[in-house]
Amino acid sequence: MDFLNAIILLLNYTIIPALTYGSQLALGAIFVTLIYGVLRFANFATGDMMSFGTMVAVLLTFYFQSLGVNLGVLPTALLTIPFAIIMMILYMLTIDKFVFSYYRIKKSPPVQLAMVSVGVMFVTQAIIRIIIGPFDRRFLDGEKFILKANEFKEMSGLNEGLTIKSTQAITIVVTIIVVSIMFWFLNKTKTGTSMRAYSNNEDLALLSGIDPKKVVMLTWVIAGVLATVGGVLYGLDKSYKPFVYFNNMLPIFAAAIVGGIGNPFGAFLGGYVVAFGEIFITYAYKKFFTYILPESLEPESLMQLLSTDYKFAVSFSILVIVLLFRPSGIFKGMKL
Amino acid sequence: MAFFEGSKMTAGYGSGPDIISSCSINVDRGEIVAILGPNGAGKSTAMKAMLGLLKLKSGSVLMDGKDISKLSPQDRVKQGISFVPQNKNVFPDLTVRENLEVGAFLRDDDVNKVIEEIYDLFPILKEKNLQIVGELSGGQRQQVALGRALMIKPSVLMLDEPTAGVSPIVMDELFQHIIKVKETNVAIIMVEQNAKQALSISDRGYVLVTGQNKFEGLGKELLQDPEVRRSFLGA
Repeated sequence: MDFLNAIILLLNYTIIPALTYGSQLALGAIFVTLIYGVLRFANFATGDMMSFGTMVAVLLTFYFQSLGVNLGVLPTALLTIPFAIIMMILYMLTIDKFVFSYYRIKKSPPVQLAMVSVGVMFVTQAIIRIIIGPFDRRFLDGEKFILKANEFKEMSGLNEGLTIKSTQAITIVVTIIVVSIMFWFLNKTKTGTSMRAYSNNEDLALLSGIDPKKVVMLTWVIAGVLATVGGVLYGLDKSYKPFVYFNNMLPIFAAAIVGGIGNPFGAFLGGYVVAFGEIFITYAYKKFFTYILPESLEPESLMQLLSTDYKFAVSFSILVIVLLFRPSGIFKGMKL
Repeated sequence: MAFFEGSKMTAGYGSGPDIISSCSINVDRGEIVAILGPNGAGKSTAMKAMLGLLKLKSGSVLMDGKDISKLSPQDRVKQGISFVPQNKNVFPDLTVRENLEVGAFLRDDDVNKVIEEIYDLFPILKEKNLQIVGELSGGQRQQVALGRALMIKPSVLMLDEPTAGVSPIVMDELFQHIIKVKETNVAIIMVEQNAKQALSISDRGYVLVTGQNKFEGLGKELLQDPEVRRSFLGA
């Protein structure tokens, strides 16, 4: 019984949150890796682009709520995602046309493009500040829990409760759907294959008749979907704070690099590696050990390796360790 | 009037000096033409000029009697001119089959039939069809590169040093493949370092020196020409 309690405890406080957080990171990491693979620069505006997409979804959610439109038990935000994606893609294509394309045609070095993306980041932050302001907003409605701790305790007769928030389930389900469609598109369709070919060997792709403008546009379209969905899922789960997305860029970049930058499947797995790393290292295991160890060995301390305040230090450490020992990523050569 | 012809081409990179000047090369369907010459003679440059990868300062490129000098490389590909670069001529992260599929990007019809034809030409590709190209040997990779270029069913095939960096045995095998391609009524132009072997399978050859035509003639004639032999064939 104690053993079961220990498992439930871990499931509740580490595994389920890590799967959720990992999914959110994975979407961002695929976004980073896709831009890097096709457009060949590290996009520092990643976080704020995600924030932009989420902002549109938040505003639309408030608008839909005022009209009385909702999805019943599901959050209204899900309904706004398609519209937010369209706005996000339009924003990205506008930025690309007026900013990135100039440097791309000039064949500027990747570092220059990365610096340009820092500029885009500041501009995006300013736009968000003007439109919605810097405040924290909750836009989750509908049913909050799928499984409440008390209900679980009654059902199972265990001491430990298991909570499953609806946002956690939605995050995981939506991520699986979006990522599956994206990998199907990249691997099984002619257009997807042409995108991978372009990212693999640009000159030969041009000689095979692949239109670079179309590839670039498609990349932003997929990036727009990933950024908006990833951003909205994170916002639903934690509330929408416009500038938190900027901080999230560290774990997102860590995930992309862990997966081998330019490899979307690696970035997907990388998201979970970083999330599990952060949560497993910052979780206080005292209660867990109380369950599995005999009373005499019960720990006195919290059994926490690092305070949760240092969770970014964990992703940074993962990043540095990977860069030192496996600079091409730990999932090198792995594909779907 | 030859099927594909670069006449009196003068070109260089950017604003630099002219690499080729008044250089003329032509090829007919069902013919292999080799471009030979010492390092820096402008062999690859002549070929790239014919593909449109660099701008002509003067001269013209004609295909089937039409002037195509103003077309971009992509548009020339659409006209049926295929090019196999010397380096980076495959998509290393894609499978053999995907490489062929990308080669057929401009085709709207069923690519499976064309892929089957390529497999008949290069049986090893059929065997390895789901393997990542980066994991293949040099010779196999060159076959993928050839196969990719043949997917549009080109009327002109340009090969930039197809046998660079492969062993003599693989080189012979590749040349046999190139002859098989020629028999499908394709005009083939190739730049080669292995002059003797290249001439022995070529119908005609051009020897360029400092960007100009120095010698030209039938493959056999060039092989026997004492001056060509002395200066380029090392015998």
